[in-house]
Amino acid sequence: MSLLEVKDLCKRFGGLQAVGNVSFAVAPGSIKALIGPNGAGKTTLFNLIFGILPPDSGQVWFDGAQTDGWKPHQVAAAGMARTFQHIRLFPKMSAWENIAVGRHVHSRAGFLSSMLGLPWTRREQRAVRDKALEIMGFLGVEDRADVEATSLAYGQQRIIELGRALACEPKLLLLDEPAAGLNMRETSEMAKLIARIRDTGITVLLVEHDMTLVMNISDEVLVLSYGEKIADDKPLAIQKHPEVIKVYLGEDDA
Amino acid sequence: MSLDLLFQYLVAGITYGTIYAIVAIGFNIIYNTTGIINFAQGEFVMLGGMLGVTLHALLPMPLAIAGAVIATMLVGALIEMLFIRWLRRPSVLRLIIITIGLSIAIRELALLLWGEGVRALPYFTGTAVSSLSIGDVHISPQVLWVLGLSAVMVAALNFIFARTLLGRQMRACACNREAAQLCGISAKNMVTLSFVLSAGIGALAGCAISPITYVQYDSGTSLAIKGFTVAILGGLGNSMAAIAAGLLLGILESFSIWVMPAAYKDVIAISILLLILFVRPSGLFGNAEAARLKDY
Amino acid sequence: MASRRNLPIVAMALVVIAVHLLAAAAGKPQYLTQLTMAGYYSLVIVGLTLLMGYTGQISMGHAGFFAIGGYTSGLLTTYNLYSQNGEMPVSMLRSTGLLVAGKDLYGADLLVVRPWAACVVALLVTLGIAYLVGKPVLKLRGHYLAMATLGFGTIVYKVVLGSSVLGAADGISDIPAFPLFAGLAVSGKSVLRTQNYYLAWALVLVAMLLLTNLIHSRVGRALRAIHGAEDAADAMGVDTSRYKLNMFVLSAVLAALGGVFLTHYNGGIGPSEASIMKSVRYVAIVAVGGMANLWGALIMGVLLNFLSLRGSFGSYDDAVFGLILLAIMLFAPDGLLRAELVRRLPGLRRGFGQKGAP
Repeated sequence: MSLLEVKDLCKRFGGLQAVGNVSFAVAPGSIKALIGPNGAGKTTLFNLIFGILPPDSGQVWFDGAQTDGWKPHQVAAAGMARTFQHIRLFPKMSAWENIAVGRHVHSRAGFLSSMLGLPWTRREQRAVRDKALEIMGFLGVEDRADVEATSLAYGQQRIIELGRALACEPKLLLLDEPAAGLNMRETSEMAKLIARIRDTGITVLLVEHDMTLVMNISDEVLVLSYGEKIADDKPLAIQKHPEVIKVYLGEDDA
Repeated sequence: MSLDLLFQYLVAGITYGTIYAIVAIGFNIIYNTTGIINFAQGEFVMLGGMLGVTLHALLPMPLAIAGAVIATMLVGALIEMLFIRWLRRPSVLRLIIITIGLSIAIRELALLLWGEGVRALPYFTGTAVSSLSIGDVHISPQVLWVLGLSAVMVAALNFIFARTLLGRQMRACACNREAAQLCGISAKNMVTLSFVLSAGIGALAGCAISPITYVQYDSGTSLAIKGFTVAILGGLGNSMAAIAAGLLLGILESFSIWVMPAAYKDVIAISILLLILFVRPSGLFGNAEAARLKDY
Repeated sequence: MASRRNLPIVAMALVVIAVHLLAAAAGKPQYLTQLTMAGYYSLVIVGLTLLMGYTGQISMGHAGFFAIGGYTSGLLTTYNLYSQNGEMPVSMLRSTGLLVAGKDLYGADLLVVRPWAACVVALLVTLGIAYLVGKPVLKLRGHYLAMATLGFGTIVYKVVLGSSVLGAADGISDIPAFPLFAGLAVSGKSVLRTQNYYLAWALVLVAMLLLTNLIHSRVGRALRAIHGAEDAADAMGVDTSRYKLNMFVLSAVLAALGGVFLTHYNGGIGPSEASIMKSVRYVAIVAVGGMANLWGALIMGVLLNFLSLRGSFGSYDDAVFGLILLAIMLFAPDGLLRAELVRRLPGLRRGFGQKGAP
């Protein structure tokens, strides 16, 4: 039983078919990578799955429920979390506070109870802070807790954003180019981190250009080109797939 | 109602609508070049009228008007250079509040200089009661001045933007500031020029309309809201549509006194603004893609 | 942590008492009147600070809500229903005790709504209007949001200015005092001046307590997240539309509360309370105070409103606020009492409970 299933998803922008009849599934506890040349429709596909864009047609099934047409915050409440291609941390908030926002779906205090400062809301807030610090510990950045998030080094900002997504305790984690802008050492650290996350039981769907990372940690790889799926297989098979090679490297002028 | 009365309301609507359209075009010129909505746009019209009256005490009418227009253009340039130019990547909120603050500052300055009284230039030709007869209907010559001058301004702007180098540079800036700069166009100067142009057309409109409506230190505020409404109604950035939208608003407003007390006339424009913003922010004639093809 | 967080509130209470004693000692008890009025305006300001500074939603028409509150209460407590005494809706209302009979200045019979009932109605009306207006308006951003709220404020102004039942340009006067409990009443009578001063500031204190709690809560963090990166907040499960709307409505009701109380304190209300210049004034004070600085906005608000009410700005009142707004936005867009500067004062760091929170 797949955790995420996408059926015949289509999205068109004016004259451009950004995503055309894409279908695939992600098995629970696995890491699936989404690759393809620039403009292949990877981020659009992400946005369709996460509810940021409504699909023109097709279905998205997550954890047994049909979620296409849902709003992003509803999708998040159902157990999906994501990171962004261009880091979207909350400015003017510290690192631990950024991560704490991820706990929103796991806390309940509303306007009235918060204003009255009821004891249970304060307990809840303490638990949120503890959990945020715990996640920072897991990621190895607990010493940065009180620093303003947007003043951190780029690589650390990526990790904080990842921590924020982890704070949602998601079933499925969508990572949009997690290694973008990272150097080789940071990329391999990120790869290990993602694998560790998978080992805790979280399913991962990631978009990535860095082939080393993709081939090393993915269980399956989906290849998109001009909005269409051209391959969906294990990493080694993808590397030998003629269509994939053609799309990335062009035809051989033998 | 009689045909004559109907025609009078229509003419009033078209006259006011033309002024709203000019204010809207002023908004569009600055918006297209800079992305800023200049809340002080209405003040340019007010300044034109007030300065015209003051200068008329010293100079013959055409020179007084020319002087008022030039002086207001200078004010526009000054505003841009002193308050906008040196801002480093300001947030939208900050810009909005700055231009609102500027509009208040200009208003209060006008209050200081000219007091609370209303002023008006004399009718350009004839008097308040003279009228031209076109067939069965009578029309004040000042109305023709307003329409005529506005038409000349629009034609001039069209010419400037389509045919002159400066105009093309401004359009380039509007489309893609960085690319324009790479071509050697000084984006900073284009921004100043957009303020100068907007101020100029506003001032001329202010002079032309003052015999009919009188100007007062706070005339600018309601003009700004109505001008903005017209700009949005036509699609922000689209000045040809603004003309149509302006006429539409002017006529709607004019005929509104049939269905509601005159005191609520201003509410018409604002209600239309809110309606458009809620339902179709790209305007009657705009759509998101066309908005990107900003002309002026 | 809770006791450290409440330190500013306690300090505020002490300052309120100290100011009273100082004014009495200096032989200037009349200052209390302007301070009371400034207190009621503060209710608008602190609510607006949460909306603009923390949630990032600009409102150029908040004076409209103040006016809706004040005018509704003022109208209900002065509109004479005596002539319809025997007829249906009035006789039914009378039997429920919502109306109160009396005699006006000239000895004629008067039948109006009780002040506390009028207050409740005023707040409910404001709540309703804020929901109706907020739902579509908050979908807008930037310039459009500013213009839409400006438009809303202008509509309120034009309506109160143009409606004869609301007194047109003269507004509503002879508004009765608002009796509360245990002999306390919101009234402008000089013998009740001290009482009213403490009443107003007690109200502000409670508001500050509630809003400070809100800032340091899950909701406060969600609001700041919305301000910082709305799409990311959405992705983290924050229902951004609902939160923005709730905050908008909360700030509107606070403004209306200030309007109701000030109207009864002054015994009257006029269209100028709904004017755009008033809305600009509120925005200016929030900006000067530091945008996302509740205490800064409160302090600045009291200071500037007090000076304005005492006439220190003369006829340049509007100009002063406009220039302040301009100057702050040009040179210190994060406000004068910037949160970071305040945080660097020793001992205050932990006083707000958490670092990183203004």
